[in-house]
Amino acid sequence: MTGPRDLNCNEFVELVTAFLDGALDPDTHERFETHLAACDGCDTYLAQMQQTIRAVGELPASSLSPSARQALLGAFRQWRD
Amino acid sequence: MNVRIGASARLLPPDTVLVAGLRDGNEAAFELVLDAWSAGLLRLARSFVSTDASAAEVVQETWLAVIQGVARFEGRSSLKTWVYRILVNTAKRRGLRESRTIPWSSLQTGEDEGPTVDPERFRGPGEPWEGHWREFPAPWPSPEPAALAGEIRAVVSAALARLPARQRIVISLRDVEGLASDEVSELLEITAANQRVLLHRARAFVRGELEAYFATAENRRKPEDGGSS
Repeated sequence: MTGPRDLNCNEFVELVTAFLDGALDPDTHERFETHLAACDGCDTYLAQMQQTIRAVGELPASSLSPSARQALLGAFRQWRD
Repeated sequence: MNVRIGASARLLPPDTVLVAGLRDGNEAAFELVLDAWSAGLLRLARSFVSTDASAAEVVQETWLAVIQGVARFEGRSSLKTWVYRILVNTAKRRGLRESRTIPWSSLQTGEDEGPTVDPERFRGPGEPWEGHWREFPAPWPSPEPAALAGEIRAVVSAALARLPARQRIVISLRDVEGLASDEVSELLEITAANQRVLLHRARAFVRGELEAYFATAENRRKPEDGGSS
């Protein structure tokens, strides 16, 4: 069943970020999607990369200290005047 | 004109409104961007310099430069990218003074090379289905149980801290701050391809840490049957 153009799973996992960026050439993009449709393991891997990206995006904000924030607001006011 | 919503950013007015506000000395406009972007700027600065205090100073210096320079902002990039560029330049100068320079020009042997998933997870040469999973990755609970949110954040945060600096900087810009691929390449003066390599390695590492966490979280929840005494 495996033709020469098929991706292996170990190749698939290295292409995930390029796929999500829309940066794969059309031929590789097609092979990626074909493999994805046929392979539950890689489907899970892709889903986990997307979950990872979401989790990274939800990191809590550490913030400026209140005094630094006040100092900057003061600097802004001064600059304006 | 592009209005982009960063992964972690709340909704801000469009750049035209923000820039006009900043130029007019509208303090509310300054507060909006200060509060929306300082956390990301701090995190990013920390990757370039050696202490938290030093990072805080870099962020202060960046905002002062923004206040003084916004009149010259030409709108060729988004306001956010412009502010981040000031931070990166400020942080690089500071890192230089602290003898903490990050080599950006090329990928590094070792840390930027090789498979991002343990080759042992795939069938080897001579086996049927060479290059395919031996065992599929175990799916994670989705959506993640709210009870685990704190632990997941801790795992992600610790994973980022362990990344090589360049990978941490790229994943922070892309996935925490939500900047686009071309903006990050331009900001860091690296090629799109190298940017993607760094991002992919960073994501794959964090995924691996989450996978290990979910595997043990599963084990910890299992022995929970049995009544209270």
